[in-house]
Amino acid sequence: MYLTTTESIPGTQVTEFYGLVSGSSVRAKHVGRDIMASLKNLVGGELVGYTELLAESRQEALSRMIEQATSQGANAIVNIRFGTSSVAQGAAELFAYGTAVKVE
Amino acid sequence: MEDQGYEFVIDIASTIILIVVGYVIGKRREMRHLRELDRKEAELLSMPAVPMAHIAGAERPERIALVEGSVVVSIDYFKRVISALVQIFGGRIDAYEVVLRRARREALVRMKEDARARGLDAVICVRLETSRLASSGSRGKGTAGVEVLAFGTGVSLPGIHQSTVSQSVAPGLEQGQPA
Repeated sequence: MYLTTTESIPGTQVTEFYGLVSGSSVRAKHVGRDIMASLKNLVGGELVGYTELLAESRQEALSRMIEQATSQGANAIVNIRFGTSSVAQGAAELFAYGTAVKVE
Repeated sequence: MEDQGYEFVIDIASTIILIVVGYVIGKRREMRHLRELDRKEAELLSMPAVPMAHIAGAERPERIALVEGSVVVSIDYFKRVISALVQIFGGRIDAYEVVLRRARREALVRMKEDARARGLDAVICVRLETSRLASSGSRGKGTAGVEVLAFGTGVSLPGIHQSTVSQSVAPGLEQGQPA
């Protein structure tokens, strides 16, 4: 499965379009991480726990998108974009979407 | 009445301690992070990362892969107090600008490191996203942190690799590697 942020895959030709595919994942932080993060908030800088958590759920969103594309028979997803939004207090939605295509 | 005055003093004192701790440790961490960023960015100079979808030499890359880097940052207590004060009169909030700039640089560095770990030579079609994470305290109004995500398409380019490597990192490679 080719994954790119570009409109096409250099060196290949798109032979079929399958349309928009997307995957998302909503996760909440657990209390331990929350407490650590609020302590870190005092001195500023990176909140490692949150970075890891969001990276994990982004991977999950990605693999859901890939699953959807695979089930449609695509072998590549082009023009991939990500979005993150706070949907509720302490929970964030990670969203990935792109165009499923077949390339040769 | 005396009790209340006493409590007030303790309140003020603990706030001042938090501000001082936030300022001292926050400043030190910031300086260290900026030094680290300078070092890593210099190391990764040979890896171009551009927002365009096409660069010379990338017409037929050997391999491509989605690469990404992200970071969640927050500002320290001292800066939070200062920015709350600035918000009364409005104006530029330097504290947030600095921390966001750091986060963006860090996310880009991580994206390039991701590309390097996969053995790729350049990142094209780079996109940057910024989003606020609502905190679970203070009824969701507070900000737990700001996430910056950098992502793009990593490509491996034998041609580009040779020229940039020979220029910036290892001049010896030119003879050692067949074209």
